[in-house]
Amino acid sequence: MTGYLLRRLAGALAVVLVLTAVVYATFYIAPGDPARLACGPRCNPEQIAQVRAQLSLDDPVHTQYWHFLQGLVTGHDYSTGAGVLHCDAPCFGLSYQNNQQVTDMLVERLPATASLAVGAMAVWLLLGTGTGLLSALRRGGITERVLTWLTLAGTATPVFISGLGLLMLFCAYLAWLPFPTYVPLTDDPEQWAWNMLLPWAALGLLESAKYARLTRSSLLETLAEDHIRTFRAYGATERSLVGRHALRGAVAPVIALSAADFGSMFGNAVLTEMMFGLPGIGQLLVHATTTLDLPVVVAVVTVTGTAVVLANIVADVLHAAADRRVVLR
Amino acid sequence: MTDPITTQEPETGAAPVSGARQVWRRLRARRSALAAGAVLGLLVLLALAAPLLAALEGQDPNTYHDALVDSARGGVPFGDLGGISAEHWLGVEPGTGRDMFVRLLYGARVSLLVALGATLVQILIGLGVGLAAALGNRFVESALGHVTDVMVAMPLLVFAIALMAVVPADFPRPVLLVIAIGLLQWGGMARLVRAQTLSLKKLDFVSAARLTGGSTWRVARRELLPSLAGPVITYAAVLLPTNIVLESSMSFLGVGVKAPTPSWGHMLSSATTWFRADPMYVLLPALMLFLTTLAFTVLGDGVRTALDPRAASRLSVGTKRRTARTSSARGAA
Repeated sequence: MTGYLLRRLAGALAVVLVLTAVVYATFYIAPGDPARLACGPRCNPEQIAQVRAQLSLDDPVHTQYWHFLQGLVTGHDYSTGAGVLHCDAPCFGLSYQNNQQVTDMLVERLPATASLAVGAMAVWLLLGTGTGLLSALRRGGITERVLTWLTLAGTATPVFISGLGLLMLFCAYLAWLPFPTYVPLTDDPEQWAWNMLLPWAALGLLESAKYARLTRSSLLETLAEDHIRTFRAYGATERSLVGRHALRGAVAPVIALSAADFGSMFGNAVLTEMMFGLPGIGQLLVHATTTLDLPVVVAVVTVTGTAVVLANIVADVLHAAADRRVVLR
Repeated sequence: MTDPITTQEPETGAAPVSGARQVWRRLRARRSALAAGAVLGLLVLLALAAPLLAALEGQDPNTYHDALVDSARGGVPFGDLGGISAEHWLGVEPGTGRDMFVRLLYGARVSLLVALGATLVQILIGLGVGLAAALGNRFVESALGHVTDVMVAMPLLVFAIALMAVVPADFPRPVLLVIAIGLLQWGGMARLVRAQTLSLKKLDFVSAARLTGGSTWRVARRELLPSLAGPVITYAAVLLPTNIVLESSMSFLGVGVKAPTPSWGHMLSSATTWFRADPMYVLLPALMLFLTTLAFTVLGDGVRTALDPRAASRLSVGTKRRTARTSSARGAA
């Protein structure tokens, strides 16, 4: 187990390193002149040259990348006009827009994205698996047909459509809820929950559709396995077959996929964040993209990529823990 | 065993028919797949005939009609249901008064072209990388395996958005979208092709072709490709709706096709400020996008079952027991 984990973590580190190298190469080398971007539109050539020196853009590319990695591990000192600005590890550099430390900006945005991801996961774990189990147990009935079509529609809907639908229904016509504005959990938990309700529903309902399909097919597959047939032949009731024997194996892939999805949520939540104006990592990325704030862009890609890689390891370990037949290798 | 939608396997009854014909017959026997196919066929026709239909209506996608919107109310169209009239069959856009019918049609063109193009790129790269990884030597195999791992770990939407920051503004956006989506999301296809090829390699007919002196390239082309067609088409059918959603998502975020090119995603993003005053402006593009992705998803389900009626769910993204490696990253949430 320890060996497996070490191997996977080493692999993950390699993947993240390559990923950052690709990202770094794409974003710092491709555009015309990062110094001009960093300096802003009203800079004269001397100022640009100064910024160029400050960002050491004249160094060879591999040296620049090495400095970037160094900054991630040990931090970085920037000499500004007034003195030295220390950027603690992990340092992603300074924003071109306001010279703020990119790491701080990320940390600031994390709670909103995490709030969204946690709530949406709760919705899909409860509603998604519940619906899936129900539809697997009511095989052949009208319930199953309705649920099948509902989940199919759910998997085909982009989140901005479900989001707009919920907004129109609950904020415009029924006027039960105000238009969501983000309130940090630490400020006011009750307001936080009320305002997150629609984003959770918009994202969670769609994810639930996917999980309902997965749970259903997984349970049906498990019920068709030999050991279940044997239990049935011994006279086990349908209830104990599902509850005591099949459920565990059937839920294993659901848990694994949830863990993996939770990791990719940090990048994929961008649509929901933009839809509801949540100040999360995705929103940060979209703003950084439109203002060409490259350090922020690179940081978001790096962080979200790392989240995906790590979540996949967690997913595989959880899968093996939930279903002993799955071998980690 | 599986969904009613995916399992109403027809009683063929007749003598066994082979290959494509049998698949076609199974697909035809499924009403949901037929309906989805009809919807998509109609959509493609509408998209192709967009200039013709625009001429028939007497409108074009980019002309502003200031007289048709109520500037006193912030630009809400005059008249009921978003200003539907004999001149403007589906009303006009709030704020600008541009014709909705024509803009929706042209939006379909963008959506379908980008999705089809991106899927094609994904198939080509996936086939190339997957075949090379399965047929190449150990070095090639492990190198490509690592590249695929990195691609799958790439947060797709994030990277695609970020890419828009560095590409010159005058680069044609639809082409850029095809390239971005195609180049970033081929990992799953490559893994599928590699796995299928590895199991095909063990079969007698492939060994026979090699023993009779066929080069690797010839074996790949003559023996492997025809057998790979089924799984590849099935997976492409899963990718298509994902790509449609990706295109509209990027346009929704303002990093897709540029104004004034009409795009459903872009319409929906402007609709977020209009949904109280002009609900039609939300409903029309939402309905088009939803119907398109739903039809592709239902058709994809149908194709999957028709190609492999026994393992209807094996290929659906994220389902099925996974062993060591986790499944590929999924599309936008």
